[in-house]
Amino acid sequence: MTSLIKAENIKFSYNGTPAVAGVNFELLEKDFLAIIGPNGSGKSTLLRLISGFLAPSEGSAGLLGRNVRAYPKAELARLIAYVPSELYVPYDFSVFEIVLMGRSPYVAWWRNYSEADTIRVLEILRKVGIPDLKDRSVNSLSSGERQLTFIAQALAQDPKLLLLDEPTSHLDINYKIQIFELLARLASTGGMGVAVVSHDLALLSAYAGKALILKKGGQVFYGPAEEGLSGVNIASAYGIRDAGSIARLLPHMVNRGKMA
Amino acid sequence: MNNNRKMVWLVPAVLAAAAAALFFGAVKNAGPDIIWGLRLPRILAAAVVGAGLGFSGSVFQGLLKNPLSDPYILGTSAGAMAGAVLCSALGIGRAEPLFYVVVFTGAFLATFLTYSLAKIKNHPSVAHLVLAGVAVSTFLTALIMLFMTLYREHSLSLVYFLLGGFFPADNSLLAVSGGIVAGAVGAGAMLWRYLDIFSLGEEKASYLGADPDMIRLAFFALASLATAAAVALAGTVGFVGLIVPHILRLVFGASHRRLLVSSALGGALFLILADAVARTAAAPVEIPVGVITAVFGAPFFIWLLRRTAGEG
Repeated sequence: MTSLIKAENIKFSYNGTPAVAGVNFELLEKDFLAIIGPNGSGKSTLLRLISGFLAPSEGSAGLLGRNVRAYPKAELARLIAYVPSELYVPYDFSVFEIVLMGRSPYVAWWRNYSEADTIRVLEILRKVGIPDLKDRSVNSLSSGERQLTFIAQALAQDPKLLLLDEPTSHLDINYKIQIFELLARLASTGGMGVAVVSHDLALLSAYAGKALILKKGGQVFYGPAEEGLSGVNIASAYGIRDAGSIARLLPHMVNRGKMA
Repeated sequence: MNNNRKMVWLVPAVLAAAAAALFFGAVKNAGPDIIWGLRLPRILAAAVVGAGLGFSGSVFQGLLKNPLSDPYILGTSAGAMAGAVLCSALGIGRAEPLFYVVVFTGAFLATFLTYSLAKIKNHPSVAHLVLAGVAVSTFLTALIMLFMTLYREHSLSLVYFLLGGFFPADNSLLAVSGGIVAGAVGAGAMLWRYLDIFSLGEEKASYLGADPDMIRLAFFALASLATAAAVALAGTVGFVGLIVPHILRLVFGASHRRLLVSSALGGALFLILADAVARTAAAPVEIPVGVITAVFGAPFFIWLLRRTAGEG
């Protein structure tokens, strides 16, 4: 498997306050990586660092063996797609128009989208399961349909790496399953590297192959999800004193921890 | 009817409004010299100014992901005005090329100043941008007023300019401004894709492969050019750039593929009609057209403000 992202001792501070403190991990093709940790542990900032949007204050993120900050913007957008947790859209773009924007990095600045771009967008709308929403305004959709639209936009970039920031945080269980199924399929059969920041521990433990666990001021674990998503690690990352509460609420994780 | 076909109808609508406006005026049964010599250049000026402001408004609203933007609110018009007043102080005539350079520079710098003041975090919020625009406009207007108080000999011609209107429609100015607006709209029509992705915010646009600094610079320049060309002809006419794109979005959809050009055409249509009202409503007294647009525009702005409050 080709290594897509290699993060080496990445550090980042906002105005002198450390937000990401020394994170190490690697993401390969076909990997489905869960990034978890308490609020303020730097998960979202980490996504912005490995996607090249922010520059780390120390350490580096490599993409296909080259520093991610050294790529031209358009080339980077053909390799990495990012789905933010919430995106306010002030105007009523149609779903088709939103997804078509994902083809942007393939179009030269003086040109228009081509027929081939339209065909690709229609393919992706079918693949994501929302071909009927094509002409609907993005602001008329349910949260789940809206999230699928922005995942479709990211897929229209035909990326090697898909980064998602809390894609299911305010969705009902039906859409949560639908989105995790889709992401797992993109990784296993699509060959994409997928990294998800999420608080849905139960879903992550069912679908993710690898886990990166952060806490404020450091990294708790990086490795196989089966081993990492254990009661002990979660109690440590989130600062939960009563480990028994994890045993009651997420029993499968505790059992897994014992096995490891 | 699809949206592209609907857009074609804007052209005959503008022409029909212009033709009808030829026969509106303070003088009943006007002769050919009034119709062709006075009214036609004035209608053309209204079309150029409306097109420039409508285009600039749609550019700012997309680029800044901010429905409350237009050249008047962001201080672009005030910057252009300050440039024009500076020219008046330095004795640079309106027909000189340097006049346009100074007016454009004023528009561009004022826009960037507003943007920089509003940009506290990653992306300026809707409210911060409007407040910064008010601050920049108020400051520049104060400088203009100060100048007018100190140099009274210039102030009468500047008062008309400040109110916004088409009193001295000079043909060479008309041609230069028309050319600049046409060029800016043409360039915008080629780069429309970037305004679509900037409507999702600068961060998302960056993830879609655009260089935010470069795109912002290019569109600030285009919108400042079009606004400067409009201000050079007619002073500060407010709210055209705010109202027109919002109405046309309802008809043609949000994508800038159609919105930029249709906002230019719609702005021309709107200002031709507003100017016809300005000339006839209180005849023989002429109402400055900026007063007409503000009477419609300010309530519209308040309605938009209430609708978008708390978002973005």
